Amino acid sequence: MSEPATFAFDAESEVKITKILAKYPSGRQASAVLPLLDLAQRQMGRLTGSAWVPRVAMDVIAARLGMAPIRVYEVATFYFMFNTKPIGKYHLQVCTTTPCWLRGSDEVTAACRRATGIKGWRETSEDELFTMTEVECLGACVNAPILQVDDDFYEDMDAAKTEALIEALRRGEKPKPGSMAGRQGSAPEGGPTTLLDVPAE
Amino acid sequence: MKVTVDGIEVEVPPGSNVLQACEAAGKEVPRFCYHERLSVAGNCRMCLVEIEKAPPKPFASCAYPAADGMVVHTDSPMVRAARRGVMEFLLINHPLDCPICDQGGECDLQDQAVGYGMDHSRYAENKRAVRDKDLGPLVKTVMTRCIHCTRCIRFSTEIAGVPELGATARGENMEVGTYVEKALSSELSGNLIDICPVGALTSKPYAFVARPWELTKTDSIDVMDAVGAAIRVDTRGPEVLRILPRLNEDVNEEWLADKSRFAIDGLRRRRLDHPWVRQGGKLVKATWNEAFDAIRNRLTGLDGTKIGAISGDLCDVESMVALRDLMVALGSPNLDCRQDGAALDASRRDFYTFNSTIAGIEEADALLLIGTNPRIEAPLINARLRKRWLQGEIPVALIGEAADLTYKVEMLENRPSTLAAIAAGTHPFAAVLKAAKKPMLILGQAALTRPDGAAVLAQAWALAASCGMLTPDWHGFNVLHTAAARVGGLDVGFLPGVGGRDAAAMLAGGVDALWLLGADEADVTKLPASTFVIYQGHHGDRGAARADVILPGCAYTEKEGTWVNTEGRVQRGQRAGDPPGQAREDWAILRAASAVLGRTLPYDTVAALRCSVETRHPVLRNLDILPRSGCSDTSGPASRGTLSDAPFCAAISNYYMTDPISRASATMAACTEAHSGKAMAAE
Ligand code: SF4
Ligand code: FES
Ligand code: FES
Repeated sequence: MSEPATFAFDAESEVKITKILAKYPSGRQASAVLPLLDLAQRQMGRLTGSAWVPRVAMDVIAARLGMAPIRVYEVATFYFMFNTKPIGKYHLQVCTTTPCWLRGSDEVTAACRRATGIKGWRETSEDELFTMTEVECLGACVNAPILQVDDDFYEDMDAAKTEALIEALRRGEKPKPGSMAGRQGSAPEGGPTTLLDVPAE
Repeated sequence: MKVTVDGIEVEVPPGSNVLQACEAAGKEVPRFCYHERLSVAGNCRMCLVEIEKAPPKPFASCAYPAADGMVVHTDSPMVRAARRGVMEFLLINHPLDCPICDQGGECDLQDQAVGYGMDHSRYAENKRAVRDKDLGPLVKTVMTRCIHCTRCIRFSTEIAGVPELGATARGENMEVGTYVEKALSSELSGNLIDICPVGALTSKPYAFVARPWELTKTDSIDVMDAVGAAIRVDTRGPEVLRILPRLNEDVNEEWLADKSRFAIDGLRRRRLDHPWVRQGGKLVKATWNEAFDAIRNRLTGLDGTKIGAISGDLCDVESMVALRDLMVALGSPNLDCRQDGAALDASRRDFYTFNSTIAGIEEADALLLIGTNPRIEAPLINARLRKRWLQGEIPVALIGEAADLTYKVEMLENRPSTLAAIAAGTHPFAAVLKAAKKPMLILGQAALTRPDGAAVLAQAWALAASCGMLTPDWHGFNVLHTAAARVGGLDVGFLPGVGGRDAAAMLAGGVDALWLLGADEADVTKLPASTFVIYQGHHGDRGAARADVILPGCAYTEKEGTWVNTEGRVQRGQRAGDPPGQAREDWAILRAASAVLGRTLPYDTVAALRCSVETRHPVLRNLDILPRSGCSDTSGPASRGTLSDAPFCAAISNYYMTDPISRASATMAACTEAHSGKAMAAE
């Protein structure tokens, strides 16, 4: 996929834009640059299967918000969450910060590589289904290691679970996000370990 | 507010920052990102100082407000250690390629590394490399050298008003550039080279040409437009290698427009370096005597009324006076310095000058532009207008061709009748002007070079009078010239005498012999073949092509001369280099010709000539100083004819090529190409 010649927000996005712009006082529309970039990226994902923000979309946003285009480029390139290049259908974001790394993020990375054929970070698999990115702490260390797929966290990962997850995605399934070790939220594995002696009513 | 810096007590105005207080105390504070004409970024941390009774840490002085009773140390052990640390961090990624860097010798980083750098590096890691950006024909980039001070970003956004540069990505990956590769679309882009504290942005045409210590520096005046910016001409031997701005708060502040800076390669090309005489229809090389003989042969016996002279856009006052004196001696009343036929009225000086003055723009509170695009006619005046607009948006309206002037402009109907409607008070903008305390209008040359130019001039004056622009302490009527020579020519009366013909009449065949003093914008195509044309000037351009005799003169960097800018400011340019070959100073050529013609002019030195000029035109005595005055007499210039209905168009179509020097410049040709390509892409 390459840079499209044009970009326009579709009806679904427009409804959201109206709501977003209403949040900011008049003359301060530039504040909406982040939500609009996000919206553009989601629209691209919805319509083309690759959630990224092409340059023309940034230009459209700049014109819409009365900003110089370069100001939008600056914002879009500053945040990792905006993809300024096309990506695969699923965005595999592997957390490699210390807690996840201690808990085996290297294995998760290796499994991603094996299952998708991707060699390095920011690469897309040949079938254009997966892009693998290294991310910093996702704030879910308690269930480390984390593999974020698009918006969802898959927690307590290991090599086997990663490969299974990728195979499921490949089949078009969407496994339920959360702990893959079967615990509820961040509760201890294997059930509660404290407050066991709370007397029954 | 009283602030004590290193034991020196200084008084600083409220709102100052600590760095300014240090400067007031005469203490130099090293800096990279801070620039007094740009917003404060506070990101380089080189300006650290220590402040007593504040938390015990170094403070970035440029971003810290000064307070009454503050005690500051700029040279304590803590300050020195902190600055050394900053320098060490800056040098982690900065390449040590000074020997092949054009900034070498005038680099802030190099200089400050001498003061705060270590003699070795503690970093063995690879330095980061950044891909260079293509910013067009003027600014060369070596982005690996960039220290991310963001001065260039702030300059293009704030001063130039063309927000094209930015910082993309972040941290280790941050890059300064345009993101989408393109040539900068500013007429002020050369200033980026000056404000970049390192060698990341340097001059493309000047790349690897010279080192600063090899250059002879001459202070002079720019003539590429009518602003009269202060410049420094750097030469090595006879060659002009570069031109830089000098500080003049009243005119150009510290900026310079691109044409003034980069057209200099035009000074070396297409030069007239010896006299030529037309023989049998072809120009052949001649000696000075042969050229003068040819002139004498043709002019002897010719009635004075059949001889005429037109002066060009780059001429100095001295040579115009010498030519006028020669014409008067020959009995000719046919003189004109308005080769474009602008209907300028020289009967009073405020009818043809920029009376509010350039610095005065900052006081104006409403502006009407008429038939002008200041962004390309006078980029530095446009920068002032933008500066005023940024200080608090003022109403700006334009009757003329639509253009991006870098500030918000209300487009009024592009007809001369709009002028009449505002003057009569029937147009809504009249109320805006009347409500303003210091309203001003700027009248461009495109509004005056039309057949109804005189009527437009009179109508514009009437508008100024009726909208409160002409008061005893504010003069809001401004003519914006495009030619550096024009105001000087009007001041010394290089105009048709009694019964004399103007430029149009002379060019239509009204004279048998025509002396063109650097007049290359005059339309010589309608001259009858029998008209004898003498071209005196420095470039083989349009005038020389039609000439029967060519007398090679000096370009502005090769002679000492006086120019009067659009405000009426009298300034003197200095001789920085030598003219090529047999070319001579223009007044001296005229003096020699007068002797051959038996009408010897009464001055033998440029000093004597200048003395004679100043006696006859006392206004030219006020060198560099321009007293600002209000308007004491609101009676306007005489009107001739009636207003037509034709819309105003642009005076300049291509900013980069407006005179013989810039037309000969390869750099300006490259800019023309880069920008016409962009115009085509936009269509
Ligand atoms: S290019 Fe020069 S002026 Fe611009 S940010 Fe880098 S160092 Fe500063
Ligand atoms: S380190 Fe991976 S979520 Fe915090
Ligand atoms: S000059 Fe003060 S932080 Fe850069």
